[in-house]
Amino acid sequence: MLTDDLLAKYDMTIGIECHVQLATATKLFSGADNDARDREPNSVVSPIDYGLPGMLPVLNREAVTLAIKAGKALNAEIARVSRFDRKHYFYPDLPKGYQTTQMYNPIILEGYIDVPLESGESVRVRIHHAHMEEDAGKLTHYADYSLVDLNRAGTPLIEIVSEPDMHSALEAKAYATELYRLMTYAGVTRGDLYHGNMRFDVNISIAPKGATELGKRAEVKNLNSFRSVEKAAEYEFRRQVELVEKGEQVVQETRGWDDAKQKTMSQRSKEDAQDYRYMPDADIPPIVLGEQEIIDIQATLPLLPPVYRAKWASLQLDRSVIDSLLSNQAYAVMVAAIQDEAGDETATRVAHWFASALGATDGGSSTDISQLSSVSLIELSGMVNASELSSTAAKDIFIELLTSDDSPRVIAEHKNLLQVSDESAIATIVDEVLADPASQQSIQDMREGKDRAIGYLVGQVMKKSQGKANPALAQKLIRNRL
Amino acid sequence: MVKIADYASSSAVANVRTALERAKQYEAHHALLNLTETRALERAAKVESGEITGKLAGVPFVVKDNFLAFGAPTTAASTMLENFNAPLQATAVERLEAEGAICIGKANLDAFAHGGSTENSAFGPTKNAIDDTRVAGGSSGGSAVVTALDIVPFALGTDTGGSIRQPASFNGVYGVKPTYGTVSRYGVVAMASSTDTIGCLTTTADDAALVMSIMAGKDERDMTTLPNFFTPEATVLPLRIGLVAESMNDDVDADVRAATSAYAEKLRAAGHTVEEVSMPILKYTLAMYYIIVPAEISSNLARYDGIRYGYRAEALTLAELYGKTRDEGFVTENKRRIMIGSYVLSSGFFDAYYQQAQKARTLLIAEYQKLFETYDVLLGPVTPTPAFKLGENTGDPIKMYLTDIMTVPASLAGLPALSVPAGTNEAGLPIGIQLTGWRRSDARLLALASSMEAN
Repeated sequence: MLTDDLLAKYDMTIGIECHVQLATATKLFSGADNDARDREPNSVVSPIDYGLPGMLPVLNREAVTLAIKAGKALNAEIARVSRFDRKHYFYPDLPKGYQTTQMYNPIILEGYIDVPLESGESVRVRIHHAHMEEDAGKLTHYADYSLVDLNRAGTPLIEIVSEPDMHSALEAKAYATELYRLMTYAGVTRGDLYHGNMRFDVNISIAPKGATELGKRAEVKNLNSFRSVEKAAEYEFRRQVELVEKGEQVVQETRGWDDAKQKTMSQRSKEDAQDYRYMPDADIPPIVLGEQEIIDIQATLPLLPPVYRAKWASLQLDRSVIDSLLSNQAYAVMVAAIQDEAGDETATRVAHWFASALGATDGGSSTDISQLSSVSLIELSGMVNASELSSTAAKDIFIELLTSDDSPRVIAEHKNLLQVSDESAIATIVDEVLADPASQQSIQDMREGKDRAIGYLVGQVMKKSQGKANPALAQKLIRNRL
Repeated sequence: MVKIADYASSSAVANVRTALERAKQYEAHHALLNLTETRALERAAKVESGEITGKLAGVPFVVKDNFLAFGAPTTAASTMLENFNAPLQATAVERLEAEGAICIGKANLDAFAHGGSTENSAFGPTKNAIDDTRVAGGSSGGSAVVTALDIVPFALGTDTGGSIRQPASFNGVYGVKPTYGTVSRYGVVAMASSTDTIGCLTTTADDAALVMSIMAGKDERDMTTLPNFFTPEATVLPLRIGLVAESMNDDVDADVRAATSAYAEKLRAAGHTVEEVSMPILKYTLAMYYIIVPAEISSNLARYDGIRYGYRAEALTLAELYGKTRDEGFVTENKRRIMIGSYVLSSGFFDAYYQQAQKARTLLIAEYQKLFETYDVLLGPVTPTPAFKLGENTGDPIKMYLTDIMTVPASLAGLPALSVPAGTNEAGLPIGIQLTGWRRSDARLLALASSMEAN
């Protein structure tokens, strides 16, 4: 039985390889449409992707541009000269009998990302390199036959290879999440995890605490959610500790993740490893980049999560609120714009609306906020500031604004949510409440120093005003009279 | 021998019919695998109606059967592609057709262009145009023979290590292997990506210049193509010519050496200077070639797996499907080269073989570059001997490879090289001499050869 004490005797080391499908219009080496979602099998396949005799690759420059953006988002140097190589193996989803990749001279060199953790601390994960390559097709197996779909064959990818700088399942998950945000913010990928736009291969090894040598690693392939990255790492840690505690060896192998059973399973061992017979691809001239070209592309990068975090340091937001905002680039853009236009206080209020009303999204669908304008959000915040709206009413209007063309004031009036801040009007209600026999006990209590009793009285004022009275003003008037 | 200009005066349909008749007359040479008769006659009619015009309007030609071209299957002379009908055409074919040329058939070759005799064709060898007991040369053997037999005034070939030049010399016609990147490789069954070139075989140097100038130029579908530099040159200034000493040693047939020396004398008489030069590195080039080229072959032939098109063997498992398809679809020479290539690329051997060969290739290019600072053209024989007997070398692959010894250097360096007819031996077998130039000097080499035709 694995106890926490036992697990605490071991350290885990994790490195992650992430395949990112690039959001180009066409494939890496052909003019076929690169968005195969919901398309008939084998319907977006050019003769080049099909590996017909005599076909030659034509490099998609847009893919190079996106790779440069990815590299800059990873704080990496971009290689001034990079090259393509061929990786050979036979499989029905690989039309040419080789995958075109970058083995020897990748386009993205060493970099790093700082990954924020839930604890509020952060861990720096170094990037070993990242290279461009083409995706393979897809095989579907049936009882006694298999079908090949080449729609995905030739989709441009970058594979980002981290150093083994993570030491817990939570760190691995946080790295995957941050990588996802960097790549989607930078516009490198569409970020549709369901359709495999980002896939993670997680390498995990364990060693007794303090040991200088890492244990044999297992690679869990093809994880497509942050949660499965976390769960697979957790599972592997326990599995490997259990093996070692039993006196057995961890074997170097490739494992798969069964999401239903929440466990990893052996796929093939190192002994079966293929010899890929890498060689330079003579059909594709080297990618040669000038310094200015790289600078120009970098200049088109939008703000990235680390910049937003720094920018929002003055907003006094909880980590969870910042996380919610960053989970959708449109939220982040909006809050930052409001911060610039109307200052920290307004931005903080709007940030909380986003966090509580829309919450976090994880790579899937997210709320569309294209209808929202910073002008109306600033107006809405101003109404709260001026005590024209309660914070509850403001949140309602915020939701309304997602689908409405009306201004916050029009919505507030229409929904009868404007607070009454006219002192004489409220004073009349206060007098009525204080005269009510049902209020006498509370009045008595207050006079005896039980200040909390004012809650009942204010509540009565709100009730009589149908929620429109400014509660602060009501409280002030009650105190004045008693 | 027929020239392109000979076809200008007669009708396109008559040109095509004559070519088809001659093709049938020489059927026993087995130079053509398939005729594209129906399509050729349709196109001829369009030329006559004025729908198709151009510099080569109504001129018949033949393509080596590793060019994707309409009208008949593109077989690469292999079982693997025996029934493969191309859905599109090679850029080279498209450009010639755009000028009105009419493809009448597809020429035999060594399967996938692996060989130097056309004996490796899965459909049987092509016989030499002059002596039908001898080989046509290869791998563009069919293309050389249809040109030498006046079936057509020009044929297309591919040259990876001598596959145009050697059969041209064996059959007494011109063969052009252009600067690497001159003509798009799009739509041509790949052999070795870094040395594959598209060229032509003709009966005159001027015809070769015309055909090359039409096919040459940048193609967006082949990233390795060069912008068109190919402008036929009319005049030839006195040139500095180097006669390569290493290609005139005792291993070379005496008649071949005599023909080469005679050509050197003719060049001197025409006002050029000819000096003996030495290229010691040449003795390593065959070793470089038979490492680099098989490596690229093993990669380029990986796509023939029986899954999507071409030959597929009956099999119960995936591994068996791959194994049997490739065993039955390829000829022995294809398999030999795939195995050599796979070996030199495998982990642990890549550095020792492939990388070393590439380094040596860089030295070869440097040596050529140095020589071309002093000389405009290098002269030597194309092959050590005239055409050998059918079956003479088939049992000895090394002996067969040795026939490439003078043609592979220009291929490895990406240089233009011509095979120029230079007489015959006593038995009447043609001998060719080779003119090699620095990159993009193709038109000048052809102008030189043209100027020597009169002498």
